[in-house]
Amino acid sequence: MDGALLDILPSIILEGLLVGCVYAMIALGYTMVYGVLGLINFAHSEVFMIGAVTGVEVFRYLSPHIDNPFALLVVAILTAGFVSGATAVTIERLAYRPLRRRGYTNRLVPLITAIGISFFLQDLVRLIEGLWHGEFYMNYPSHAELEHTLVLPMDMTLQVKGLITMVVTLLMLGGLWFLVQRTRLGKAIRAVAQDATTASLMGVNPDSVIARTFFIGGFLGGVAGVLFGVLYTQVNPFCGFIPGIKAFTAAVLGGIGSIPGAMIGGVILGQLETLGGFYLPFFTDGAIGTEYKDVFGFVILVLLLLCRPQGIFGKAQKDKV
Amino acid sequence: MNRASVQSFLYPLLTFASVGLLWLFPDTTILLVPVLGVLFAGTLIRLHRWSRWSSMAFVLLIGIPVAGLENSFLFELFIQIGIYAALALGLNIVVGMAGLLDLGYAAFFAIGAYTWAIFGSPQANQFIDGGHFPLPGWPYFYLFMALAVITAALVGVLIGLPALRLRGDYLAIVTLGLGEVVRVLANNLDHPVNITNGPKGISPVERPPVDWILAITDRLGLTLQTNHAVALFFYGLVLVVMLAIVLINRRLDRSRFGRAWVAIREDEIAARSMGIPLLRTKVLAFATGAAFSGVMGAIFSAKQLFVSPESFTLLQSITILAMVILGGMGSIQGALLGAAAVTLLNIEVLKSLSEGLNHLRQTGFVLDLGFVEYNFANLSSQLEPAKYERMIFGLIMVLMMIFRPAGLIPETRHKLELEARGKGKAS
Repeated sequence: MDGALLDILPSIILEGLLVGCVYAMIALGYTMVYGVLGLINFAHSEVFMIGAVTGVEVFRYLSPHIDNPFALLVVAILTAGFVSGATAVTIERLAYRPLRRRGYTNRLVPLITAIGISFFLQDLVRLIEGLWHGEFYMNYPSHAELEHTLVLPMDMTLQVKGLITMVVTLLMLGGLWFLVQRTRLGKAIRAVAQDATTASLMGVNPDSVIARTFFIGGFLGGVAGVLFGVLYTQVNPFCGFIPGIKAFTAAVLGGIGSIPGAMIGGVILGQLETLGGFYLPFFTDGAIGTEYKDVFGFVILVLLLLCRPQGIFGKAQKDKV
Repeated sequence: MNRASVQSFLYPLLTFASVGLLWLFPDTTILLVPVLGVLFAGTLIRLHRWSRWSSMAFVLLIGIPVAGLENSFLFELFIQIGIYAALALGLNIVVGMAGLLDLGYAAFFAIGAYTWAIFGSPQANQFIDGGHFPLPGWPYFYLFMALAVITAALVGVLIGLPALRLRGDYLAIVTLGLGEVVRVLANNLDHPVNITNGPKGISPVERPPVDWILAITDRLGLTLQTNHAVALFFYGLVLVVMLAIVLINRRLDRSRFGRAWVAIREDEIAARSMGIPLLRTKVLAFATGAAFSGVMGAIFSAKQLFVSPESFTLLQSITILAMVILGGMGSIQGALLGAAAVTLLNIEVLKSLSEGLNHLRQTGFVLDLGFVEYNFANLSSQLEPAKYERMIFGLIMVLMMIFRPAGLIPETRHKLELEARGKGKAS
């Protein structure tokens, strides 16, 4: 490899870390719901998308009133978090809870429901945005303060919005860790994840714990949505699909159900994807280019599931009769 | 006279009435709905054998072709329904019978379509020297229909062998991913060697010749335009292939394999302890489903004359899944009904709704309900029902899962099970 390619390596690793942070935050939503319900919530990618779209709306309507882009960003993040959290709770209440109540025998039932919700939400957002603004492809406005480039040692560069993404991710993860490990609600969540029936005998209301878990996961997804939108500027009702799949891969990579696993999985996936996307075209003379970037996630997922389905931090599960 | 004989007497009359209506007003496409409705009713109610088969043969061999020659959109509609019905039947084996949620099913359809499209067009000259291509429609198209079955089944085995070791929910996401991989490959294999021509797609694809149909109709004293003959040919071809697939499905359902699939769906561990080899049986289900999809892919490419990655998206896989779910997972009639209903909804009902709304919008129709007035000229142009398939399929899937998870026509095994459970409670 020639020197120029090596020189750029630190920047690429930093870029991968950034992408990884966004994946990690989405992955937490998958992992937490999987922890309490044993269900892959396919609709989580749309919860993320709704966060991104809400962020655009906040920017659009508050830009004339708030001059400081940082304050604007904080308002957007909080609003999107609450809207996405509320969406996740609504999904749980309207679709998953009735299924749970009835006690489905076929394990495909909740999965198919989740896919249906996911498709429904994509078009619902498209319809709302279409009726409201006449189009559904949106852009985050650019702010010089957020785009400002910081020069770090080793020729690494980082935009302010990238730095904010990393800081917010760390804050969110720290907050989540505290919530799950140190509060009553966290204890209840862990109890329900371990055994819902026993937890309910100990005075925990599983339904309310599940609803709150959906809210927390949705909140994180919404925050990730705004950060994703600010980083990559373009947002539309279908933009949740690819990040959603990748975040799921990240969750599986770290061992689904495990919170630290989701974070580390996200970062690893971000690294693999950016490094692979950048260096593979050089090694293959352009035969495999960046157009295959989105396929990497899938290939990694398949290989991983074959070799170590429980992920890096998960425990191997045995099927019980 | 008992009930069955009364029904057997009335059923052909009803068939004839619905077909007669279509013959009288062939341009009113929606009249195909009662005809198909009667056809489905015939598979569900108790009838004497002669009454059922003669009525159905009348509809399929005389009723629809005669109306179709008047209004070729009827052929188009039926061909679409037939193609989707075959796809739904294939997916029904995987999802419905074996209980394996496959979200990348359109990939096999793509493989079948590209198998013929690449060699039945000048495309193959790009990587094979000598200018032998396109291969002529006769006899190569029929050969490639068989080849498409084999390639699709082989890819099914290749994808299935690793993927089917996984548990249910992981399988869903991995098949989704692999389906996308096939689409991305089709999109990007125009370099370094141009195999699929990338996003531009392949066109024109050769069709099998239809001279013989024209020769026959000439003998009968009918003059037929070539495009009508082509439509009639594809109608017949789709009908034959679809009926063959229905027959295979019925035989499979009651075979060793069919029972093994259902056993795996109901309880993997129990099935394994009964001596069913899990992986092999699952891969077989995958390959069988893929094979049906492959043959229809080849027909699709010849019918459309054009193949591009656009036709094989995740939405396509989800459309087929919605058909299976609407009809009833594991039920053959269900898959057929689901395919007919969703296709009609998609290319007839939603389009008509869109056109109707557009008309109201353009003419500035004012809806006056006394207490509220609405001018349709103000209606946003974003409101086009035909473009919101995702919302509709999503809604179908969620509502079916919540209110009627066994589907519109539940599988007989399920029905027996539910009845037995009901009796057990009563005693």
